[in-house]
Amino acid sequence: MKLTTQEQDMLDGKHGDAVREALAYQLEVGRFWDAERFVPISNAHMMGDIEVMGDAGLAFLERACAQQARCSVPITTNARCFDFAHAESMGQDMTEAVKERKIIRLMRDMNVVTTDTCINYQTVYQPHLGEHIAWGDTGTVIYANSVFGARTNFEGGPSALAAAMTGRTPEYGFHLARHRRGTISVRVDAKLEDVADWGAIGKIVGEKHQNYFAVPVFHGLQRAPVADELKHLGCALASYGSMAMFHMVGVTPEAPSLEAALGGQTPVDEMVITDADLEHVYRSYKRGDGSANLVVFSGPQLSLFEMKGLSEMFAGRKVHPGTQVYVTTAASVKASAAQLGYLAPLEAAGVTVLEGVCFYILQNLSQMRMANGWTNMISNSAKIVNIIGAHRFNTLLRRTADCVDIACTGDLGGGTYL
Amino acid sequence: MNNSVSACLDSLSVQRAYGPVVEGEALISEEGFSPRYDLDRWSGVITKPGHKLEGVSIRDRICFFPTAKGGIAAGWAFYDIKHKSIAPRAFIFGVTNPVMVQGAVFAGIAITEGWSKPPAEVVQNGDWVRVDPGRKVIEVLRRASPPEADDGPA
Repeated sequence: MKLTTQEQDMLDGKHGDAVREALAYQLEVGRFWDAERFVPISNAHMMGDIEVMGDAGLAFLERACAQQARCSVPITTNARCFDFAHAESMGQDMTEAVKERKIIRLMRDMNVVTTDTCINYQTVYQPHLGEHIAWGDTGTVIYANSVFGARTNFEGGPSALAAAMTGRTPEYGFHLARHRRGTISVRVDAKLEDVADWGAIGKIVGEKHQNYFAVPVFHGLQRAPVADELKHLGCALASYGSMAMFHMVGVTPEAPSLEAALGGQTPVDEMVITDADLEHVYRSYKRGDGSANLVVFSGPQLSLFEMKGLSEMFAGRKVHPGTQVYVTTAASVKASAAQLGYLAPLEAAGVTVLEGVCFYILQNLSQMRMANGWTNMISNSAKIVNIIGAHRFNTLLRRTADCVDIACTGDLGGGTYL
Repeated sequence: MNNSVSACLDSLSVQRAYGPVVEGEALISEEGFSPRYDLDRWSGVITKPGHKLEGVSIRDRICFFPTAKGGIAAGWAFYDIKHKSIAPRAFIFGVTNPVMVQGAVFAGIAITEGWSKPPAEVVQNGDWVRVDPGRKVIEVLRRASPPEADDGPA
């Protein structure tokens, strides 16, 4: 890779050991991908919690702090694994909670803004067309590339942190125009009435094309989606297909037409998605032991509008005895929801609203599953029903209203598809 | 050097590679991989219900996966499982994503992407293989089962 004078200085240690190590690490990653140079970034977003970092990751942060590591561009944090207000009652390990607090403190010392949200693109920062950033998790990446037209690859925790310290990232993948052209044509001939429907589309396309560099182009939609629908579509594409970008003709900024989105290329596949395909997705889930004692609205965190909608659905109803319902959102959204009166109906119904976390990354989740006798997990998020598998849940994707019905009846049969 | 150990029985080349030269037992998956979706990161066993390798440990293996799933978690998770001594010795991907690479580089685990022919044509579960990222080659050094004698049962 070609290095600027400043980058060579970093590599020579003139900016300290922490920056030297960060750039050397980025250089190895860049070489793997045949990057020719670094590109400056203006914003970073990182995952970093004790559940995924472990003691080794915590020790790394401690060492980085001891080396005076400090981020030079704005960087925020993704959802973490503890909502401290609920940790003890949920049966989480309080020894690990102490470590999580330590991680938060270390990150703040490194000039990291600990927002603890996976919907930073809805709540914190909206990059502009062509802006180079270094984001993770995957849902943030695909939203940034697709909806904003910003440029980022999937950046894991250490990678995003390194980018924020050096102020740059290797130029490969979705930083380059040639990788941003559509490769798959997807005509959507379906009604799409719920965020779960948008997630189901992401599942259908993502499962068929598990390839980071696959870029679907959606067209033919009966109406333009709203932000939460794009969020669920993107999260599902990234989850099932490991995809980092999509286009939507007439909706996303690099897709004024199908031809423009494809960039003159012939698509490697031309898919058509109909209502029948969506129904097939919903019918494909096994009912396991038939239990309906866990309903989750999470992964991604809920926006304020999703909180409002869910609040209206649960208003005046009660969660079925023995069933637990969890909602996760950003602290800022929860605070606004409380102020606006959306939180009270949820809590009155028996819904637990967690802030700053995502359900699937909760520390001790496997133990919580066993302690609570959870086997099935029902959700309106196509992403979370895919991603939570290692914890041995049987998962079912259902539309939001069906999820609410299941939560309030404790009966899987309350949904439309069983 | 013991030639009977280092002699190459078959090989395949890879497109991209990082990491040290390593040897180990091959584990071939028909299904993609994510440390978050599929792996119990406290035991090193693949636990996602229905995964083609459900119940199998990746510890010290040379893992062949056709695709990467997800996921940002690998950035930290590979470093974590390496320090828990439950990491594989190498990840051999057909198609990978940046986070798998970022995670492997951070943890110092060998990783490759792209293969010259389907691994199943060259290597089988349990074969002893060597991964040489510098030469971008994967070599089969020993077969899992010794060849049967000529006069043995069919």
